[in-house]
Amino acid sequence: MERLTFDLATTSLRELNTFLHTDAREGKVEAVTVVNPDGAHNIAVGLDCPITVEVVGHAGYYAGGMNKSATITITGSAGTGVGENMMSGKVHVKGFASNGAGASAHGGLLVIEGDAGLRCGISLKGGNIVVGGSVGSFSAFMAQAGTMVICGDAGDALGDSLYEAVLYVKGSVKSLGADAQFEPMTDADIATVAGLLDKAGLDHDPKAFKRIASQRSLYHWNADANQEY
Amino acid sequence: METKPVHFKNVSREESYGYDRKTLDYIRNAAAHGLYEIRGMGAKRKLPNFDDLVFLGASMSRYPLEGYREKCLTKTLLGTRFAKKPIELEIPITIAGMSFGSLSANVKEALGRAATEMGTSTTTGDGGMTQEERQSSKTLIYQCLPSRYGFNPDDVRRADAIEVVIGQGAKPGGGGMLLGQKVSPRVAGMRTLPEGIDQRSACRHPDWTGPDDLAIKIQELREITDWEKPIYVKVGATRTFHDVKLAVHSGADVIVVDGMQGGTAATQTCFIEHIGIPTLAAVRQAVNALEDLDMIGKVQLVVSGGIRTGADVAKALAMGADAVAIGQGVLVALGCNGETYYQNGTLHSAEADYTAIGAAAGFCHHCHTGKCPVGITTQDAILEQRLSPEVGAKHLRNYLKTLNMELTTIARACGKQNVHHLEREDLVALTIEAAAMAGLPLAGTNWIPGQGF
Ligand SMILES: Cc1cc2nc3c(=O)[nH]c(=O)nc-3n(C[C@H](O)[C@H](O)[C@H](O)COP(=O)(O)O)c2cc1C
Ligand code: SF4
Repeated sequence: MERLTFDLATTSLRELNTFLHTDAREGKVEAVTVVNPDGAHNIAVGLDCPITVEVVGHAGYYAGGMNKSATITITGSAGTGVGENMMSGKVHVKGFASNGAGASAHGGLLVIEGDAGLRCGISLKGGNIVVGGSVGSFSAFMAQAGTMVICGDAGDALGDSLYEAVLYVKGSVKSLGADAQFEPMTDADIATVAGLLDKAGLDHDPKAFKRIASQRSLYHWNADANQEY
Repeated sequence: METKPVHFKNVSREESYGYDRKTLDYIRNAAAHGLYEIRGMGAKRKLPNFDDLVFLGASMSRYPLEGYREKCLTKTLLGTRFAKKPIELEIPITIAGMSFGSLSANVKEALGRAATEMGTSTTTGDGGMTQEERQSSKTLIYQCLPSRYGFNPDDVRRADAIEVVIGQGAKPGGGGMLLGQKVSPRVAGMRTLPEGIDQRSACRHPDWTGPDDLAIKIQELREITDWEKPIYVKVGATRTFHDVKLAVHSGADVIVVDGMQGGTAATQTCFIEHIGIPTLAAVRQAVNALEDLDMIGKVQLVVSGGIRTGADVAKALAMGADAVAIGQGVLVALGCNGETYYQNGTLHSAEADYTAIGAAAGFCHHCHTGKCPVGITTQDAILEQRLSPEVGAKHLRNYLKTLNMELTTIARACGKQNVHHLEREDLVALTIEAAAMAGLPLAGTNWIPGQGF
């Protein structure tokens, strides 16, 4: 297996991404290591092939943004919008993630071993997100489809205006947002959580999670909804 | 003999200015429903607009070009700042972003066909890119909206430019809206939503807040597209001077400024009529901002909101726009608000269908209902048959041709060999309001209200 190393201290981000969009896509290498990322933004965005990318250190905004098929690991922490609009593949953050992690992801798996900031999983459209730590306020805002597993606690207004996405939280939830509700865990839920924890390589008791989904009371305009739109 | 005064039964017909029938109706509706009204199209109130400006044609001090013979160029380049592949258009008149969902797939195809024939661009909208529009449009601008419905990297790569939508003139600060009647299986699938729900969507982008973040977001889109495609930023007109400056700082190649007259498929009426500034004021502020930053000719300006005629286009260009985008005018060219529709080779009356939705031809703003009597803003399998891509494309092409002929003939009359040579100096205003907003002298004077004496 051929592995190529890009040193962002001496190579430009543009060169790295160009390589990932062209040579890597043509299958010239199977794995790429990025050293000295030093918080650079937009590392490994728009990948469209089953390559493995390891970022050794911290990444800035949108690392792994719009990923398709690639497996991207960030050994440090990630900035805003890590794995945003991911379609498939995997983005794995060993450290913490900032705001909007996995925003609008349509597919694939985003794993954050540490905590995630505000609005984690906002507008989620089918992706799966597993957070080893806690998530900030407004997480899963308007999440439409997909699953979030939160092993720590959740901040305020979790799942506000939720559509069909389903959230599982092990710790405490500071408050639920409009239209989100706790629901009983079924065997299928436990299996889903167990499966995602397994894929994320995190060890928690899947039975200890609570399920949150939409009450669907805001799906249609009506005057009795007390303007919670 | 006693003379009796003549008594008439005195029925007062004095309508209150503040509580006119429209207002009474509004209050009764509010009391009946407990919800704000949602409707389509743009502001209906009277606003200063391009009709309040006139051109100073050539005469003694300048000479005109022969209207029919001498060349007048209309070629338009957008996105020359950073993009490797700028957008090249034959005419400076483009089709504004209107979503599949608000419009039928037939209409989307009609827009693409007509635009391609005329050498101009079309734009996707909230809800993603359809095959119909990609295939029929030579040049397609792909919108990146707060909702991100259907947004995906394959379509980013398939697009010719990306337009980051911050807001629309009809609803600056408001999010998208599509009522359940229009959330058909196909629309729901593209947007990842349950069928038939009243879709309300976010007004803020999910992964950035503020211009510093936007700069990084734009860089992301550039990286994904390998710096090939122009990035547009679209703003609804409010604090346009500052917004345009911030958009330039964020790295936009092209800025789209949409004034308050701009159309929509569905929004709260209180937004349509009460938020935002008129296009006339917005163009001036946008151009001032670009001049301030020395960005004229580097960052291009597209203006929309109430562009209806070739004269409107010419005036927008003279004020400093590089191109215009049209929404409502395009719908009208396709038959919106017409009494009839054309199907299977004959004309049919749409009257009953207007009545059924509480509208009438000439007054309709009922796009939100999904029951467009002429088959434009609908997802209904029967109604959408009322507009075929062929017929729609023909009318739209004629409309665009007419606008372009008017534009070039006005430019020639002003002595210009290129429509982009039209300049502010060619215009004066007919009203004090328009003069102040557009920063142009009142006709026959040197007076620009608000700029000294
Ligand atoms: C039916 C309809 C749908 C629209 N959908 C969108 C949209 O999805 N995204 C967007 O940025 N603007 C949308 N707009 C606004 C147009 O892009 C454009 O800003 C406006 O129509 C310009 O003003 P005009 O209608 O007066 O020409 C829509 C407008 C109409 C009439
Ligand atoms: S005729 Fe159709 S497109 Fe025109 S305003 Fe009415 S519903 Fe909208």
